[in-house]
Amino acid sequence: MRISVAQAGWRAGGRAIVADVTLEVAEGETFGLIGPNGSGKSTLLRLMAGLLPRAEGEVRLDGLPLTGLGRRETARRVALVEQQAETAEALTARDAVELGRTPWLSALAPFGPADRAIVDEALAAVGMAHMAGARWSTLSGGERQRLHIARALAQRPRILLLDEPTNHLDIHHQLSLLRLVSRLPVTVVMALHDLNQAMACDRIGVMAEGRLAALGPPREVLTPERLAQIFRVGATRLQDPADEATLLRFHCLEDLPRSG
Amino acid sequence: MTVAATFGPRPALWLGLLGAAALGLAILAGVVIGETPLPLPTVMATFANRIWDAGLAVDPIEAGIVWNYRLPRTLVAAACGAGLALSGVVLQSLVRNALADPYLLGVSAGASTGAVAVAILGVGGGLVGLSAGAFGGALLAFALVALLARAAGGGSATLVLAGIAGSQLFNALTSFFIARSASAEQARGIMFWLLGNLSGVRWPDVTLALPAALAGLLLCLWHIRAMDAFSFGTQSAKALGVPVRRVQAVLIGITTLMTAVMVSLVGSIGFVGLVVPHAVRLVVGPRHGALVPWAALAGAIFLIAADVVSRMLIAGQVVPIGVVTALVGAPGFALILIRNRRRP
Ligand SMILES: Nc1ncnc2c1ncn2[C@@H]1O[C@H](COP(=O)(O)OP(=O)(O)OP(=O)(O)O)[C@@H](O)[C@H]1O
Ligand SMILES: [Mg+2]
Repeated sequence: MRISVAQAGWRAGGRAIVADVTLEVAEGETFGLIGPNGSGKSTLLRLMAGLLPRAEGEVRLDGLPLTGLGRRETARRVALVEQQAETAEALTARDAVELGRTPWLSALAPFGPADRAIVDEALAAVGMAHMAGARWSTLSGGERQRLHIARALAQRPRILLLDEPTNHLDIHHQLSLLRLVSRLPVTVVMALHDLNQAMACDRIGVMAEGRLAALGPPREVLTPERLAQIFRVGATRLQDPADEATLLRFHCLEDLPRSG
Repeated sequence: MTVAATFGPRPALWLGLLGAAALGLAILAGVVIGETPLPLPTVMATFANRIWDAGLAVDPIEAGIVWNYRLPRTLVAAACGAGLALSGVVLQSLVRNALADPYLLGVSAGASTGAVAVAILGVGGGLVGLSAGAFGGALLAFALVALLARAAGGGSATLVLAGIAGSQLFNALTSFFIARSASAEQARGIMFWLLGNLSGVRWPDVTLALPAALAGLLLCLWHIRAMDAFSFGTQSAKALGVPVRRVQAVLIGITTLMTAVMVSLVGSIGFVGLVVPHAVRLVVGPRHGALVPWAALAGAIFLIAADVVSRMLIAGQVVPIGVVTALVGAPGFALILIRNRRRP
């Protein structure tokens, strides 16, 4: 499913948190959103999920305006994993993932064997099947993060919006998560802080002060000049001799030997 | 040992039957036990006469006590207990605070003020008038508390603080109305009723309490998935496809209505909405599919028991039922506080 955003914006406290963002993510594409802290990545993802009141501009799914869909229909198409979501309820890991079935169920269509199978599959996909019975309060940060992702998978969305899905995860789970989402037959938009992970996306968008500062394939977007300007870091491009992949190495701008 | 292992392949059916049987037994006990204990055969014969016109020989005075006093009183106790417990379940889920219940959030206090205003000022009058007054007061109290919490920066801890402020305000208003307009005798009657009292309950009260509790139960059952979805917050519920505003309006509306009806019938009874849901959660877990029916059942049985105790505690005197629920509820409340502190 294709998701397009036109002149989207959101204001809070008299300030434009996100302004004039226009972009289109194609069916099956893995799209990375990068930008410094507070640049509006999370807000843009919430806008794309239709969660913000008084949003400016328009979000369309396959050309249909999101506002005409209703919450339930939206949730069947779009799943969002927020940066942080906690509960004080004594839920188990499995309970948390079962919540993902909510938009597909009603009082007349209760949770059934098909839903159970989808939940099992989602738990297995993030490597949490063996901990399905564990209490939420006893889980580590990374385990909770993986369950949030499993919950989004159990929602069976056509578009997956992930807000920093790899933070809290150990390196093995970071890589397996990125592999998982890039292989899913769904459109993925994810906010990332690790620019090397962003390198693996099909395209990336750079947010700066609420605006989309650049958009395109990672190699074109992540130039040393732009990294210096937006992220205030120096960057060197390196090549991995094993597979010719491009890597970025960062250093503080202040530490650069002054040239000239 | 799992539920399925104990009850075979259809646990829901067996558990449902078990619950219904427990409720039936509790109602029977509520009718049998009292200052004049009535033997079970008399009670059963009265039921048979009334329901099937069985024409069995029963002492007419005893039959009168069973049918006109004890049964309606026990049914109203069951309805109130279920309604208050469900109100607690709903509020705890929607505001994500373990301490939320109609009593602590000021809803009961608002309902009392509304009912007292109607009773003293005499506008409307009658059973429905009282309930309508209570409903108005309850809605007003909840709206004020919610606005205050919002103005104070939101968050669920603020809501409880605002609820305390709201309770104090509406209790003061109630006292003010009584001091201003009620005769000494009226005042005594109102104070007694405010503490929770089922002595005056007759059949017309049943026709108000039962439908309110049943409507509440059905609406809660209809929304079990939505209430589950609130576990990770309103944003997350919204992202899961729950029409948050509508669900909040419907569920808070029915909670306020149930509280108002119960307060106008039997006064304001604390701690049921707080302690019963937590006790039930310990046994059946936090998911609302199990929590809603079991909390309703446990609340009903708890209040029937509390009513029996209130009649039996001091011979020849009725202790207000609110006193009994508080005597059991306050220690329960303390346990909840301690458990909450232990949580990581
Ligand atoms: N409801 C709100 N009211 C006021 N300001 C807000 C609100 N939500 C977000 N902001 C502000 O908007 C800015 C962007 O927030 P957002 O969470 O979108 O940033 P982000 O790019 O996701 O940052 P991070 O990398 O730290 O996650 C921040 O400065 C934040 O303080
Ligand atoms: Mg963010």
